[in-house]
Amino acid sequence: MSNQQKHWEKTRGLLFITLAIWFVFSIGIFLFGAEMNEVTGPFGYPWTYWFTCQGSLGAFVILIFWFANRQEKIDEEFGFSEREDE
Amino acid sequence: MKGNFIDNLPKIYGIYTGGFVGFIIIMAIAEQMGMTAKTIGIAFVAFTVFIYALIGYLSRTAQADAYYVAGRQVPTVFNGMATAADWMSGASFVAMAGGIYFKGYGYMALLVGWTGGYVLVASLLAPYLRKFGCYTVPDFIGTRYGGNLARFSAVVVLTVASFTYVTAQINATGTIASVALDIPFQYAVYVGLISILLCSMLGGMRGVTWTQVAQYIVLIIAYLLPVFWISNKMGAGFFPHFMLADEVARIGELEQQFGFVKNAAADLKTVPKGLAGITKAHSAVNATPWAFISLALAMMMGTASLPHVMMRYFTTPSVKAARKSVGWSLFFIFLLYSSAPMLATLSKLSLIDPNLPTGIIGKTFAEVEAIDWYQNWNQANLMFISDFNGNGTLELNEFFMGGKAVVLATPEIAGLPYVISGLVAAGGMAAAMSTADGLILAIANAISHDVYYKIIDPKAETAKRLLVARVLLVIIGFAGATIAAMEIQGILGSVIWAFDFAMSGLFFPLVLGVWWKRANRQGAIAGMLGGLIAGAWYLVWVRTGGSGFLGITQLTFGIFGSAVSLVLMVVVSLMTTEPDKATQKMVDDVRVPSGKSILGKSH
Repeated sequence: MSNQQKHWEKTRGLLFITLAIWFVFSIGIFLFGAEMNEVTGPFGYPWTYWFTCQGSLGAFVILIFWFANRQEKIDEEFGFSEREDE
Repeated sequence: MKGNFIDNLPKIYGIYTGGFVGFIIIMAIAEQMGMTAKTIGIAFVAFTVFIYALIGYLSRTAQADAYYVAGRQVPTVFNGMATAADWMSGASFVAMAGGIYFKGYGYMALLVGWTGGYVLVASLLAPYLRKFGCYTVPDFIGTRYGGNLARFSAVVVLTVASFTYVTAQINATGTIASVALDIPFQYAVYVGLISILLCSMLGGMRGVTWTQVAQYIVLIIAYLLPVFWISNKMGAGFFPHFMLADEVARIGELEQQFGFVKNAAADLKTVPKGLAGITKAHSAVNATPWAFISLALAMMMGTASLPHVMMRYFTTPSVKAARKSVGWSLFFIFLLYSSAPMLATLSKLSLIDPNLPTGIIGKTFAEVEAIDWYQNWNQANLMFISDFNGNGTLELNEFFMGGKAVVLATPEIAGLPYVISGLVAAGGMAAAMSTADGLILAIANAISHDVYYKIIDPKAETAKRLLVARVLLVIIGFAGATIAAMEIQGILGSVIWAFDFAMSGLFFPLVLGVWWKRANRQGAIAGMLGGLIAGAWYLVWVRTGGSGFLGITQLTFGIFGSAVSLVLMVVVSLMTTEPDKATQKMVDDVRVPSGKSILGKSH
């Protein structure tokens, strides 16, 4: 397998992990919205309410930065990162 | 100042922010000295619009790559701010907190949808389209799939989606300009339009980028300052986002105590159009999982298909920067979106809690009618009370308000000085202007670059291309303003439709263009046109009394459209020949960040 194929395989792997985490915070938890809202969560808000206001939104921000860093590592590993920095 | 413009950005915008804060303070002092509310409103809107126009003028350019992609040198964090302003429209700024106030949980699907979509942008599309080196989204479709028909189909989908969106934004600028400047809406729409064109006409994407950064700074100050101020004034908490749990619980208690009394249809007829009462629980789960998830999903896929957002990532210096920039964009959006539910909570509690001095539920009608702010907003057709049960006391079900009032009127209700209301008007204007700019530019660029230059006259010189681009900008702006002046539909509804149109026609052709090598021209054309037609058909069908299926409503028709698009694209691609070797090589090149971009620096 060529270097480029390996790079793409790893990139695709990272995509699946990223999308799996995305799925949990954007869809997964809201399948159980009614049940989860009975429980008190962070800062005293009901769980589901907190996720819709802050939790999921914050998780997405962190997820994107994490994804960007991981992808940079993969690019470096296979020598595909851009030479000059921004 | 030493060094070039880009290196000095933090300093320039630092001075700008300081200057704006100084302006707010001067206005506050002027208010104490007796400046009227109307003058303050005019000063805020006129001053900020003047600054944007100045930035637009200073960014003028005669080069194609500066006009289309801001020279590809916008640093990550600043591109994040510009994207956030591009993204957060009049709907986010003025209507969102109101939607949460009235509809609660079911509506908050939009918060999740309008942020979660950025994960798709970052992981599926933005870095690859940046590597491609295109000027516009149809530029990618046209080169990846080849042929004028594919390019033209992409322009059609882009125009339908973006034009639906932009009429709503011009409408919003008109509404704010008409209130702040006190002129009729029909004229205010054109005042708004001219302000918008001042930012984009001379500098294209470069002008829009630097005005959008300036607009983000204004809109975020205008949104956060009142939220923190009100929260502290009410004693609800120093940092509202982490401290409003008691207030949320208290609203739940009051809802129990008052109950949601259903009004008779005859009584509701007397309520002015567009106003609503509180009929849904504030923090309880009041939507089925599918209703919530389908709306969130439609908004997320729509986010990843809207060209005016995607093209912001064409302006970063590198692929790496494009990825990081998506993260920064979402961070800056998060600052406002996570505050909207807090504003809705504070606004609702201050109105309905009888223990608070601002509470009006439980007071007599004579008392409420004597309140200054009630008279003002009642005159503006945004508040209404009526004694349905004839007991002389205001009940929860007898109080009605317009969605916009939550953002626009809450500072006044909470007793903040008028300078804050002026600031909020400037913020709303900034939000609507920045989005309208991005959208008009997206449409005009697609038509000037993809239809005029690539299809009609490939030999055109740069000067002529940019002239065509500017003429189109003005024509599209005026067309949008003319339709906006007719006031056909509400701001929020048409924004949601734009997302659905975009995802119906563009989501899968874009994503599969990068992630599925086998996707070919025939498949992409079938996917774009088939998806758009299927989505539009579903919308018309449901609007004309059709029952719909699978719980897909007129707000989520994109789910049906994009499903049709996916099936058509895969089936037609597999039935026809696979893309040639050169195209497959091109896809391979797009997938690695290093090396030359597919399209030249200037093309």
